[in-house]
Amino acid sequence: MYAKEFQESLKAVEEAREANIAYEPARMTAKEKEDLLAAYHPDYKKDQFEELKIGPNKGEKVPKELCGILEARSRIRPGDVDLNNPKYDVDVLVIGGGGAGASAAIEADTAGASVMIATKLRIGDANTMMAEGGIQAADKPNDSPAIHFLDAFGGGHFAAKRELLSKLVCNAPEAIQWLNELGVEFDKAPDGTMVTTHGGGTSRKRMHAAKDYSGAEIMRTLRDEVLNRGIPVIDFTSAVELILDESGKAAGAVLMNMETGDLSVARAKTVIIATGGAGRMHYQGFPTSNHYGATADGLVLGYRVGAKLLYAETLQYHPTGAAFPQQIFGALVTEKVRSLGAKLVNRDGKVFMHPLETRDVAAASIIRECSDRGEGVQTGDGDAVWLDTPMIEKIGGEGTIEKRIPAMMRMFGSYGIDIRREPILVYPTLHYQNGGLDINVDGMTTSVENLFVAGEAVGGIHGRNRLMGNSLLDIIVFGRNAGQNAAARSKKTTVGTLTLDHISKFDAEREAAGIETDVVSPMLLPDYTRKKSEV
Amino acid sequence: MENMVNVYLFGKQYRVPENLTIMRAMEYAGYKLVRGCGCRNGFCGACATIYRIKGDKTLRTCLACQTKVENDMYVATLPFFPLVKEVYDINEISPSQRVMMQLYPEIYACVGCNACTKACTQSLNVMQYIAYAQRGEFDKCAEESFDCVMCGCCSSRCPAGISHPQVAMLARRLNGKYLAPKSEHLENRVREIKDGTFTELIEALMGKPIEELKELYNTREIEK
Ligand SMILES: Cc1cc2nc3c(=O)[nH]c(=O)nc-3n(C[C@H](O)[C@H](O)[C@H](O)COP(=O)(O)OP(=O)(O)OC[C@H]3O[C@@H](n4cnc5c(N)ncnc54)[C@H](O)[C@@H]3O)c2cc1C
Ligand code: FES
Repeated sequence: MYAKEFQESLKAVEEAREANIAYEPARMTAKEKEDLLAAYHPDYKKDQFEELKIGPNKGEKVPKELCGILEARSRIRPGDVDLNNPKYDVDVLVIGGGGAGASAAIEADTAGASVMIATKLRIGDANTMMAEGGIQAADKPNDSPAIHFLDAFGGGHFAAKRELLSKLVCNAPEAIQWLNELGVEFDKAPDGTMVTTHGGGTSRKRMHAAKDYSGAEIMRTLRDEVLNRGIPVIDFTSAVELILDESGKAAGAVLMNMETGDLSVARAKTVIIATGGAGRMHYQGFPTSNHYGATADGLVLGYRVGAKLLYAETLQYHPTGAAFPQQIFGALVTEKVRSLGAKLVNRDGKVFMHPLETRDVAAASIIRECSDRGEGVQTGDGDAVWLDTPMIEKIGGEGTIEKRIPAMMRMFGSYGIDIRREPILVYPTLHYQNGGLDINVDGMTTSVENLFVAGEAVGGIHGRNRLMGNSLLDIIVFGRNAGQNAAARSKKTTVGTLTLDHISKFDAEREAAGIETDVVSPMLLPDYTRKKSEV
Repeated sequence: MENMVNVYLFGKQYRVPENLTIMRAMEYAGYKLVRGCGCRNGFCGACATIYRIKGDKTLRTCLACQTKVENDMYVATLPFFPLVKEVYDINEISPSQRVMMQLYPEIYACVGCNACTKACTQSLNVMQYIAYAQRGEFDKCAEESFDCVMCGCCSSRCPAGISHPQVAMLARRLNGKYLAPKSEHLENRVREIKDGTFTELIEALMGKPIEELKELYNTREIEK
């Protein structure tokens, strides 16, 4: 139930509902989209970016907050650990226990390598667990990997590395099959046909889902498989620095126990960074849909040893973050709500855009509605627009919401909002790190040998924007790929003498560039304790 | 000024704004969380919590990230619960009742007290899905347990020592792999890709100049 200050606007939305369901808003032209993005998308706010003064991407601009942690100091000094006495010694070290890390570990294990996972929280406390909407794959007769390629390439503003994208789309059906054979339950019709829907920017219905617990279903199954195989999972343990050998190849990591602060050394023949995204950096003050440990650690770890970043200046703001009630501010409202027919409606009950534009366009359009156009609804925490969820029941029949998006119904239901009868308030939320470490088709970084990257920490697969459902896909395709290749490479590798020399080199660069900073990174966790000044 | 309420975190009293979740209230009180906090949004089950309201004997369970504080709430988090997870090879087992008897025989010791269902933070009918598992009806067990976040609250209340979330996990994998109908179109597509059916098409796209790809993209047909 909404308080009375919302009632007037709510009434307008209800009255317009029938007409709005029938109304098919035009899609924007390429030019309209460009102008909209330039004026309203956070990625285009020049004063929010800063030029990197050191490191492999020196001279390029990244978000201010990211610049701060990329140029920051290490959490350790080389003398803090004994590199000659590693606590762990494996073929493949996987850093990060999300979907990419788990897929990589399973494949490395299958390939016969000894593999371990070190992860910040528990395995599965990760963005993967939170994905709701689904995973793309062109497996229907009216679809093809080529059409999938075009959708993703255009959606990413024609900036994806083509060889990576091509691998993504061509391996997609096999990825779904692999998951299905591990026991992941996809939504299917009684004859076995996958139930697939549109996502923003798709030209075919290729979004596979497991209700709106798609990521959870994938993640818990992968976790179960990791445990069945007896792959060691060192939880509550973060990588705080990579280790190279004297020839400059990745050869392990310094790990930190998150509870005791104890440091340990893991030596490995190959290392896979699978640390995920950066929502908890709260770029430009945005709320986020991400899990607690999403602090761009992998980018910092890689950058400090010389791995290049690609498109680190592009972030994805999901158009529909929950804007009300305050307890769930920033939490994701899955795109599937729009796939199932709910439209975006402004204060006056007017549909102001096609609901399935790409995410960046949709986010910019909502920001325009709430700023210059003054058509937002005031929530107490800023302005927002309506997402008219009751439309779903009218279009799909009663019960559709409970069957297809139970998590959404539960999330709002906890705060007394029945999304089957009442619309919800939304505003963009920081959602996905489009950019990341630059890799080649094998999943190895382009500048540091034996250092692999998979998942949201990679840049370049999607270009400058990612379509819904292509990230769950990339963590599986490129997670498996990294695991296979890292395992194969480990067989040919002998590790030399371990060193942490890169720390002092980076320190020297920082000093030479005249940067003064007390910041240490990776950040590991955000600090949400109440500051004394707020008391 | 916000309305404040009393909460007792592990027995110690704090005053916090009434509109906070338990998780935010802990942070407001000054806790920097490491354990007991994962997704912060009701999906990972890291924040299982037990509470009781002063004057009420009922012990309640919830997810700290999804539950608002109440006045005079006594809170104890349960950031880890020793669930039993049996290991198995998914390719070697079959979806028969026997597999449950072998891996999780304790489910047959269920006394029917329904404490698990009452404790479920997702309002699932836990005892019912265990009953399905006992009977080897894995499809039903999978459906009934689908929204489980594996927080372990159910198991913490079970006199028979059942690890309900792990039983359900096994049922879902069996159902997903063996019982749910196969997707023919998926198998066909995987085969076509292996056979190189699309190789030429993709390679053609890979080689096209950007302008041409833009044109193709902007004029592509969109399925209704
Ligand atoms: C709410 C939400 C909904 C989404 N919905 C969809 C969707 O419908 N479809 C889709 O395709 N994509 C979706 N995404 C995106 C997608 O889920 C993620 O991009 C993807 O799962 C990332 O997987 P990952 O394995 O790379 O990272 P994660 O799953 O985040 O895993 C990274 C892991 O590494 C750990 N870690 C981090 N730093 C360190 C360190 N220094 N040392 C050790 N461990 C570390 C983290 O704690 C975490 O466990 C969604 C994302 C969110 C947040
Ligand atoms: S923190 Fe993940 S369910 Fe509460």
